[in-house]
Amino acid sequence: MKNKASLPPQEGEARPSRCPDNSAFKQQKLPAWKPQLTLASVLSSFFLIGMFCLSVGVCLILSANSVREIQIDYSDKCADCSKLRENSSNWNKECHCSVNFMLKEDILGDVFMYYGLQNFYQNHRRYVISRSDAQLLGRNVNIQKSYCAPFTTYRNRTPMAPCGAIANSMFNDTIDLFYNLNSSVIQVPLLKTGNSWWTDKNVKFRNPKSYNLSSAFAGTARPPYWQKPVYLLDEEDERNNGYVNDDFIIWMRVSAFATFRNLYRRVRRIRQFADGLPAGNYTFRISYNFPVTKFKGRKHVILSTVVWSGGSNPFLGIAYVVTGTAATLAGFVITAIHLKLRKKKTYFQK
Amino acid sequence: VFFFQIFAFLGLMCLILAIGNGIWEYDKGYYFQVYLPWAEGVNSASYSGFLMFWSYVIILNTVVPISLYVSVEIIRLGNSFYIDWDRKMYYPLNDTPAQARTTTLNEELGQIKYVFSDKTGTLTQNIMCFNKCSINGKSYGDVYDMSGQRIEINENTEKVDFSYNQLADPKFAFYDHSLVEAVKLSDVPTHRFFRLLSLCHTVMPEEKKEGNLVYQAQSPDEGALVTAARNFGFVFRARTPETITVVEMGETKVYKLLAILDFNNVRKRMSVIVRSPEGDLTLYCKGADTILYELLHSSCDSLKEETTEHLNEFAGEALRTLVVAYKNLDEDYFQDWIRRHHEASTALEGREEKLSELYEEIEKDLMLLGATAIEDKLQDGVPQTIETLAKANIKIWVLTGDKQETAMNIGYSCNLLNDDMEDVFIIEGRTSDDVLNELRNARKKMKPDSFLDSDEVNIQFEKSSKKPKIIPDEQANGVYGLVITGHSLAYALEGNLELELVRTACMCKVVICCRVTPLQKAQVVELVKKYKKAVTLAIGDGANDVSMIKTAHIGVGISGQEGMQAVLSSDFSFAQFRYLQRLLLVHGRWSYIRMCKFLKYFFYKNFAFTLVHFWYGFFSGFSAQTVYDEWFITLYNLVYTSLPVLGMSLFDQDVDDRWSMLFPQLYVPGQQNLYFNKMVFVKCMLQGIYSSLILFFIPYGAMYNTMRSDGKAIADYQSFALMAQTCLLIVVSVQIGLDTSYWTVVNQFFIWGSLSVYFAITFTMYSDGMYLIFTASFPFVGTARNTLSQPNVWLAIFLSITLCVLPVVGFRFLKAQLKPTPSDKVLLKIKEAKKRPPPPSPKRRLRRTSTRRSGYAFSHQHGFGALIMSGRNMRPKSPFATTGTFSPNSDKYKHKVL
Repeated sequence: MKNKASLPPQEGEARPSRCPDNSAFKQQKLPAWKPQLTLASVLSSFFLIGMFCLSVGVCLILSANSVREIQIDYSDKCADCSKLRENSSNWNKECHCSVNFMLKEDILGDVFMYYGLQNFYQNHRRYVISRSDAQLLGRNVNIQKSYCAPFTTYRNRTPMAPCGAIANSMFNDTIDLFYNLNSSVIQVPLLKTGNSWWTDKNVKFRNPKSYNLSSAFAGTARPPYWQKPVYLLDEEDERNNGYVNDDFIIWMRVSAFATFRNLYRRVRRIRQFADGLPAGNYTFRISYNFPVTKFKGRKHVILSTVVWSGGSNPFLGIAYVVTGTAATLAGFVITAIHLKLRKKKTYFQK
Repeated sequence: VFFFQIFAFLGLMCLILAIGNGIWEYDKGYYFQVYLPWAEGVNSASYSGFLMFWSYVIILNTVVPISLYVSVEIIRLGNSFYIDWDRKMYYPLNDTPAQARTTTLNEELGQIKYVFSDKTGTLTQNIMCFNKCSINGKSYGDVYDMSGQRIEINENTEKVDFSYNQLADPKFAFYDHSLVEAVKLSDVPTHRFFRLLSLCHTVMPEEKKEGNLVYQAQSPDEGALVTAARNFGFVFRARTPETITVVEMGETKVYKLLAILDFNNVRKRMSVIVRSPEGDLTLYCKGADTILYELLHSSCDSLKEETTEHLNEFAGEALRTLVVAYKNLDEDYFQDWIRRHHEASTALEGREEKLSELYEEIEKDLMLLGATAIEDKLQDGVPQTIETLAKANIKIWVLTGDKQETAMNIGYSCNLLNDDMEDVFIIEGRTSDDVLNELRNARKKMKPDSFLDSDEVNIQFEKSSKKPKIIPDEQANGVYGLVITGHSLAYALEGNLELELVRTACMCKVVICCRVTPLQKAQVVELVKKYKKAVTLAIGDGANDVSMIKTAHIGVGISGQEGMQAVLSSDFSFAQFRYLQRLLLVHGRWSYIRMCKFLKYFFYKNFAFTLVHFWYGFFSGFSAQTVYDEWFITLYNLVYTSLPVLGMSLFDQDVDDRWSMLFPQLYVPGQQNLYFNKMVFVKCMLQGIYSSLILFFIPYGAMYNTMRSDGKAIADYQSFALMAQTCLLIVVSVQIGLDTSYWTVVNQFFIWGSLSVYFAITFTMYSDGMYLIFTASFPFVGTARNTLSQPNVWLAIFLSITLCVLPVVGFRFLKAQLKPTPSDKVLLKIKEAKKRPPPPSPKRRLRRTSTRRSGYAFSHQHGFGALIMSGRNMRPKSPFATTGTFSPNSDKYKHKVL
């Protein structure tokens, strides 16, 4: 009997024991942090976050309020021009109009000029994809394969450069700003470059390589709605012409919403305008090319300064204040509920 | 289950968007054609809407989580491995680890409501053990310390040394030294007691090697008694049809076996008449106390009282008792009796009656010797396990082939039945009507108003007359047990009684079915499966349990002695019944909670992800424009959010295993499926909708008509996409952090890793190099650099996180405070208890205060007396001969179990 009893261990040595390993992982005993919703953590998170949100919100509102912004809707002010543009056969007739406004106070600091569009669905799926990034990189590609249709080629098979609905619908109003000082009219100097992302200007958009720009675009034609070919977008500045034209690049960065504004010009801070725009009377002189009434859209021109948090949009500030208030109130409510419950509990315990 | 709803929801969303598109194209798109002509082939707004319906089906199909299946399988696999790896379910004695043989049922382990258990080999070890005895008014078997306090017997208690006896069985253990002293002192009653045990039985000895005795007993009880006598120095060595050889304290004696007065169910006793080598004629008798007490000589009255006291004590510990007595016979009377006995046994008519008359004649005026107490050894920890499972609201049904007496005895000894119960109903009707009446009476007692027409269940029956219906749970007015015999069960399982049986039995806390066939076992399980919306588990060890194991939702096999059939057809297997509580309360509960948390989170994250597209539809002309970069859409489920949720569902523990065992109530929510049902699904859908609203409108508001801090426009599509997807990813990561209650290193690594991988991948994909190589694939060049450097982008991200997560925090906290679920209360208790050092896991032996006299230690069959006396199947002249074909233990006994 004793011999027999001693046998199994020997067998066990020959055959490895099937006993599972005693590792923390296999025994589900990994050291762990076990956070729990305690009164202290909940209340402190509510109050801390509430306070934080409130202070951030106040800061945001204050800074957003310090932004000076002038927004002028000129889609109706130039009624004649908009009428003219409704008929597409008048595409090559020029039309100008002026919009006057008065600055009661100086606008100090950098002043940015934007054009704003309303009801323009740049975020429509078919619109967003209607471009050829390879073409805009200056590559010689077959744009038939892109989603540019129907703005790919003309009937005579001449490809459009740039192709696609986005390029074709490019905003082509020109807006100049004049400062009326004592009956003399001074044109406000505006910067038309440096308005786009560095990556767009230097990576995403490139002109086809050739000895000059017009030959680079030889064999292509301008999009149907354009008044001039792409290599004439800015004749003064070689580095702002063709696909790398800032206005073009900015337009090609499609907006996420149907109401949007794009940076158009920056006020160059020289001479009278070194500190910004002085108070006085101003005139926007607009060459009205871009029709909006057809699709019930609106056009704006906007002058604005910026702060660290961006423009004058008060949304974030208000949202933060509301959230902060709500969180703090909720913190008080939770405290009240807790106190009431504890009272009840001690009452029952008695 | 929820897929139909999800599909309906998807269809509804697409329909809304398609209609929206139709209206938009009619109202705006038509005029916008100047800049964006309609696609080829589209000539009306309604047709465009129709096309857009399908576009949106493609975009929004992420609400139907296809990748869910893969993750679910991984989680189940992982949780199965945990079962295989658990050392606390490993049985070192036969080197058997627990085994998850199927990997698809883990979470159902957390929802068990009914456990169907076999008895022999599952609850009991099928080992009988001589535990206590009472000899001549003195009780032996308990161990006392110096101060007279009774000591719990455990592994460290010193065993009695039987080395004085060469033939002792080394496996036999006894702890009370005073009994050995009495034997050694040649105390006459003690010697007579053990002599009786060594003579009065039908055991066959087997001695293959000199001194190596093996007993073949018809019932393990008898074997235990003979083994006890053997160890104390009365070694039953050999038998022939006429003689019994006993080595008494080293001295070989051959007794002449004159008659065996065999056991049967009516007599409940057996006797032998032997002539000692000295020539004394003695009748030795052992039997059930109730019977034997009637036959005692009146001189034993005082001894009877003492013995009765001891018997009650033994019964209180659920030991199987026998009373033993003897009688010296008069030579002349015996000769007369044996002659009549011979006549009777050769009689052609009425042999049985004549014999039993004779038996009764001689078995009277017996002298009481004492009583034996045999423990039907339960597997370790069975009563504790059953107590724990009962606390976890699991109903236990024992299905056994044993007799009612034995089954009930085991029921009492493993704490299934106890005296705290209001009543234990016994259904033993022999006709269909009897059974019906008995069941009805039981139900009437448990829930009198269940017979009223106003009772919910009755109303439900009225309503749906034909269909197979689910019976809701009914609450009895107390704790009841039910015992039903195989015969009655056969009637009860017939058509019209089925419902009656289910309604009555399911109200009881414990149901014991005895004398059931394997088929009936399966039928009972089937019955509960059919009428109750509950997950069932069957546990057993033998071939006779296979049908039941296969029928139940989950089958558990005990890998014991009875072969592998049960294990092979089971879903889980382990070596000891007590591991069941760990399997259910720890592994099952964790698996269930993990799966529920996983599902909740998975649906939430996909809703939050997808519905942003829905809201964007209203702002993008319902043009099926996606909010996010297509790469993000591809990688979201696959890379960015897959690992954190897997980490949570593989490692999460709300409380650790010790607490889950200490508070079995924590198991109850699983049975009611409280953690993932329609309500919970709707809730996480609403949470997803809320989050998607925040995740769309905060970035929208933050970007609307504003600019970057350097004056450039911010609201371009790519910046918006990046901002929305970053918000979303951080929000769902914080959310998983909130859901995770057990942060291991792996969780930390997965969550932080996924976030960093997101930023790494994003910056890589939006880099110049990638754009120049794969121009068409990565049009988002520069977006990450230009957008994520803006303070208001980060402020918007922070605001979305706050708005998405803070309400959840507050809501969860208040819910736990105001409307705590029972398990919340338990968790709170645990939290408080954790401040103190955890109590040692209770190892106390359950003390029973039963006054019920437990079953007598006999197998409930005719003995082998006649066979032995006839000498058939025995080779007379060879005392060491093997028993040959006669091996009752292997063949006969198995049949009985069946």
